[in-house]
Amino acid sequence: MRAKFVMSEVRIGLRRNVTMTFAVMITVAISLTVLGIGLLANSQVRVMKDYWYDKIQVSIFLCDPLSSSASCAGGPVTQAQINQIQSDIQALPVVQTVYFENQAQAYAHFQDQFKGSAIAQNVTQDQLPQSFRIKLKDPTKFAVIQSAFAGRPGVDSVQDEHTILDKFFKLLGVLRDGALLIGIASVLTAALLISNTLRLAAFSRRRETGVMRLVGASSFSIQLPFLLEGIVSTLIGWGVSTGLLAGFKYLIDTKVAPLLSFTRFFTWGDVWSASALLLLTGFIVSSASSVLTLRRHLKV
Amino acid sequence: MAPQGCTGAPVIRFENVSKIYPKQERPALEGVDLEIVKGEFVFLVGLSGSGKSTFLRLILKEETPTTGSIVVAGKDLNSLSAHKIPELRRQVGTVFQDFRLLPNKTVAENVAFTLHVLGYSQKEINREVPDALELVGLEEKADRRPSELAGGEQQRVAIARAYVSRPAILIADEPTGNLDPANSVGIMKLLDRINREGTTVLMATHDSTIVDQMRKRVIELEGGHVIRDQVRGVYGYSG
Repeated sequence: MRAKFVMSEVRIGLRRNVTMTFAVMITVAISLTVLGIGLLANSQVRVMKDYWYDKIQVSIFLCDPLSSSASCAGGPVTQAQINQIQSDIQALPVVQTVYFENQAQAYAHFQDQFKGSAIAQNVTQDQLPQSFRIKLKDPTKFAVIQSAFAGRPGVDSVQDEHTILDKFFKLLGVLRDGALLIGIASVLTAALLISNTLRLAAFSRRRETGVMRLVGASSFSIQLPFLLEGIVSTLIGWGVSTGLLAGFKYLIDTKVAPLLSFTRFFTWGDVWSASALLLLTGFIVSSASSVLTLRRHLKV
Repeated sequence: MAPQGCTGAPVIRFENVSKIYPKQERPALEGVDLEIVKGEFVFLVGLSGSGKSTFLRLILKEETPTTGSIVVAGKDLNSLSAHKIPELRRQVGTVFQDFRLLPNKTVAENVAFTLHVLGYSQKEINREVPDALELVGLEEKADRRPSELAGGEQQRVAIARAYVSRPAILIADEPTGNLDPANSVGIMKLLDRINREGTTVLMATHDSTIVDQMRKRVIELEGGHVIRDQVRGVYGYSG
């Protein structure tokens, strides 16, 4: 069969089944959009992790006169201890950078962080401990620092800010997994709808396919117009879903991002790569469900 | 005996063919042994349920025989794989009692459909379709839809569609079953003309007048058995 003839048959098929074609397009558009939101949620978690893990660090708080832990029984940290701790930190291969924060710097930080609140006005410089702020090459290697410095004379406590964020990211992870699951479920629904639509189309065009069989059309050429109909509907649905995701990104950039300046959001690159993945998913799901359906309902 | 000009090479050969459908005790066909040579015109007669439809379906490989072997147009159907079936059907044109035209296509499009499916170029289609319509006398009605035509005309379109790709064999299953006598005669003349151009015609029918008039080979089936195979026969058993 010539391509022109096949395409004209596809056009006739799409027009004849216009309501079902429309239903397939909308279902594909919605299900791919839901899956796309799941994929973007995944990107968002990654972006936030990169952003936050880059900002946060491991802190070693040093003993001051207010410290009550056992390792501070010997009184406030001495300069000799500070020097020793610093050189020990720098000797560890997992450490990327380290800097010392004295009380004046800690106070400035504190004032900056709690600007305008009552607590900022009440705190004084000598209430804030000196500390080492360490950035690790691999944030998960916190245990190395913990075992090396916790309980050591002059060290009050070792704090990993990741552990606080991890709970938050765990929650985000659950939300992302939920979105992906719903996305996958709705893509499966779309697959079933495509299969059902093709079954109806095959039934309503049994006269044409019967004639094609009689004049000696191969099963591939009998199935091809149906297969292409499924794929064309899917492609249109995919186009709509990409449009919706782009709209979603635009909304986040213009309405949400200005309000939530403390974090970053997924990029346009994430939107396009999600869209590419959706195209692949849509293509595979629609052709697989079409081929399986047609094999059963359009036998030669 | 074959009409003049026939080579005598069999285009359809049944060797001891039986067909038993699942869940049926009585065979639809049993021990059928016959040959139809190139260029013959053969009537297949018998009551409903005598095995005529099964016979035709076996030739098109819509069914496979339970035992025995069938050769059609040089192809042994028992060893013909599924993807080669379309090749077989391209050599066998088919015409049915209910015409089986596509209602949304014009007469010319219906005839062209065969050629499109077989991958002919538009140029070839533009040449072949008017020829086929002229053969069946419908060149004036090329742009009509089947619903605008009388029954006899619809059957002519079906014949044009079956014949446009010049198949070696034309199978007609009760082609005059829905037509009045005058139209039936027209269809028979057409089939006779196609036959004289070298195509083997196998026609299943209940129409005794036609069979008696044409005096062609008659194969009669009863209960799945060939009970008569007569050169220049008539419909009823003459003796």
